[in-house]
Amino acid sequence: MKILRTVDVADLDDIAIGGAVLGTGGGGDPYIGKLMAQQAIRKHGPVTLVDMDELADDALVVPVCMMGAPTVMTEKLPQGDELMNAFTALEKRMGRRIDAVLCAEAGGVNSTTPFVVAAASGLPLVDGDGMGRAFPELQMVTFTLSGVSATPMVLCDDKGNSIVLDTVSNAWTERLARAATIEMGGSALLAFYPMSGRVAKEAVVRGTLSLCARVGRTLRRARSAHADPVAALVDLLGAQVLFHGRIADIERRTEGGFARGQATFRGVERDAGRSLRLEFQNEFLIAERDGEVLATTPDLIGVVEADSGAPVTTDSLKYGQRLVTLAWPCHPLWRTPEGIELVGPRYFRYDVDYRPLPAG
Amino acid sequence: MIRIGIDVGGTNTDAVLMNGTQVMAGVKAATTADVMSGVVRALRAVLGAAGLQAEQVDVVMIGTTHFTNAVVQRRDLAPTAAVRLCLPATASLPPMVDWPEDLRDVIGHHWWLAHGGNEFDGRPISRLDPDELRRIAGEIRERGIRSVAITSVFSPVSTEFEREAGRIMAEALPEAHITLSSDIGRIGLLERENAAIMNACLRDLSREVVAAFRRALTDVGFTGRFYLTQNDGTLMDADFAEKFPVLTFASGPTNSMRGAAFLSGVRDAIVVDIGGTTSDVGSLQKGFPRQATVAVEVGGVRTNFRMPDVFSIGLGGGSLVVDGPDGVTVGPRSVGYRIVDEALVFGGQTLTASDIVVADGGAELGDRAKVAHLSRDLIRRARDRIASMLEDCVERARISAEPLPVIVVGGGSILVEGPIAGLDLIKPDHFAVANAVGAAIAQVSGEVDRVYALAEMTRDDALADAKAQATEAAIAAGALAGSVEIVDVEDVPLAYLPGNATRVRVKAVGDLHAG
Repeated sequence: MKILRTVDVADLDDIAIGGAVLGTGGGGDPYIGKLMAQQAIRKHGPVTLVDMDELADDALVVPVCMMGAPTVMTEKLPQGDELMNAFTALEKRMGRRIDAVLCAEAGGVNSTTPFVVAAASGLPLVDGDGMGRAFPELQMVTFTLSGVSATPMVLCDDKGNSIVLDTVSNAWTERLARAATIEMGGSALLAFYPMSGRVAKEAVVRGTLSLCARVGRTLRRARSAHADPVAALVDLLGAQVLFHGRIADIERRTEGGFARGQATFRGVERDAGRSLRLEFQNEFLIAERDGEVLATTPDLIGVVEADSGAPVTTDSLKYGQRLVTLAWPCHPLWRTPEGIELVGPRYFRYDVDYRPLPAG
Repeated sequence: MIRIGIDVGGTNTDAVLMNGTQVMAGVKAATTADVMSGVVRALRAVLGAAGLQAEQVDVVMIGTTHFTNAVVQRRDLAPTAAVRLCLPATASLPPMVDWPEDLRDVIGHHWWLAHGGNEFDGRPISRLDPDELRRIAGEIRERGIRSVAITSVFSPVSTEFEREAGRIMAEALPEAHITLSSDIGRIGLLERENAAIMNACLRDLSREVVAAFRRALTDVGFTGRFYLTQNDGTLMDADFAEKFPVLTFASGPTNSMRGAAFLSGVRDAIVVDIGGTTSDVGSLQKGFPRQATVAVEVGGVRTNFRMPDVFSIGLGGGSLVVDGPDGVTVGPRSVGYRIVDEALVFGGQTLTASDIVVADGGAELGDRAKVAHLSRDLIRRARDRIASMLEDCVERARISAEPLPVIVVGGGSILVEGPIAGLDLIKPDHFAVANAVGAAIAQVSGEVDRVYALAEMTRDDALADAKAQATEAAIAAGALAGSVEIVDVEDVPLAYLPGNATRVRVKAVGDLHAG
């Protein structure tokens, strides 16, 4: 199998930053996942990243991730064996060896968690994921669009409990797994969506882990060269700069288990005199300038610090911050009618139609 | 009330003497290697300038960078045991996992994971095991360690396990200093644990330093109470400071901002503290520096301390002025404390920001004739450059759409004259020793940071409960009951959790009890 690249301890720093950018305000802080992945690599050796096409059609590919509330994850860290427990339990259930590890969500904390399993199992990690970004619910993956069932799925907690789910739909998987996660103390680790290499080639958003690494590296290099990190990021992502502004108001509320809210920006520089409103539910989902919708989910809307290009999460938005709002196109699979139904603005209860950004 | 405020900085030890709200005298002395003799000298000088005797002084407040510097320079740190109550959770990332190797080496790699800890909703992760803790205490004793930091998962939600474990440890290790993480930090296990461990490793030093401050004060004949200032601009008494030295981190910038608020009488403003090499810029809300919300590193260790949201730019009185092909630049290089030899007005060879201001007639400093040759054009462009640097950082620090004033303090304040970024400029009396004034007028505070399940109570009830707890904490810390007010309330809904779990953070402050 041809190795795309070898990922070592230092590379995880870049990947975690890139993961936070693709997290578009949500997805959880990749810091904890990064530390876990770095520990695993120190113990077991570097991870080999492979292109999707290197996998045989009959290979068995399994994604892993962490599920739960980001705030819980910063306080109650994993026990350490949960991911491997879930992974090997699913392997046992499938009755055959798993050939490769997959990332479910390249945005946020789950950009780094698959490295833990890849390092510990010695299996290759596929360069790609099921979103190309972050989304809050388990069924919101391109795998669902390709008809892959989330189950059999194994959910493990820090106490050694594990649950195997077999469900009638991926929406049911989300419902049952969410309830179990809460009982488990607000966070759980899982292995799910077992699929063949053939299906994965169609269902995976490719190249997103190397994209994370490139994003991190680009920001790091731009800063050390005293170049403009935001401009470098825009260039790399093929993004549009939607707005330069300062936060003038933030409103947050909890609704249906989401951290919903909106942030209003007062324009500065080229946007002086204008205002931008961002709607968020864990992730940034709608951007509206002076009443005109500029971008909506599933296209990516990211907010970065104007000086450093550092990604800002919805949790850490505060009055007066000087930020740049960017948007860039999502993977084409999300732009299909089925994709829009699964993750478009109306699923999140916004009375707005998806308005695709011009492809970069 | 007669009080003295002292700020022990890296270069200068400043002291002010205040009678009520009047500044009677302010002095600057050089910081000495032993720190204490500099403090004694500053005390004597300020008493002399005010014409008072030490016994007439009621209270002394000291701001110090001693403990921050000890961590940054890896010196005088005690071997420390980190005990985490968590099992089976959190074992993936042991204590000090993300510390710089050299710091971990200095305090030893002593950590233990034990049973205990809570879930987000207060359920125990596992029961505390007293025998397990006694066995750990035995190992700590065998290794000759006398500083212990105990951190329990979700202890900001439920402190019981930490307190119980603390009692067991104290019983088994009567000689040891014990730090509980819930006394110091907020939610965020690694950051809170880091703060607890750093606190524990500073406990030997804090006993020495507090005793030395006490000796210095006795030396000049002072017999009253004395306090140390915390990073949030409030006081802790000497006994408390001895237990929680980590809380002094970043008290320097806090004191200068609080001093600026006091001297100007303005409670909401942007403060620019201009020194010789850099300027610290931050914003005041209700008389207190606005705090940082992101993790702040101290000596390479990630923490979530209550630290002011302050940033520095390379502009000060000693900043080099260079007229190059791309226009004129000011800083970030500076002659620093050598300004008295190297600046043109003092007969030196280096063109500094202060020379430009003197040449422009903006200040009386050194010999103005030595800068008479500078062209009007260069002076104008350099002043424009300084103005635009200040304008940028003031814009960056601006936290409100309202037209807040800008308060300028510090020895390099001569660089500023007119309004910055269209905002009114205030240069108060005694601006050069604003940091010592900030120490002198520090208040006491109490803070609460916990998660409420709003399914069980209304948001109003939760906020009222948090405010009552914060007020109680402030009074326990020495605040006069009637003077306590709530200065900060923040509630953040926790994503994905049922029962509308909401994290509430409240801070109360009050004037120091005079009795």
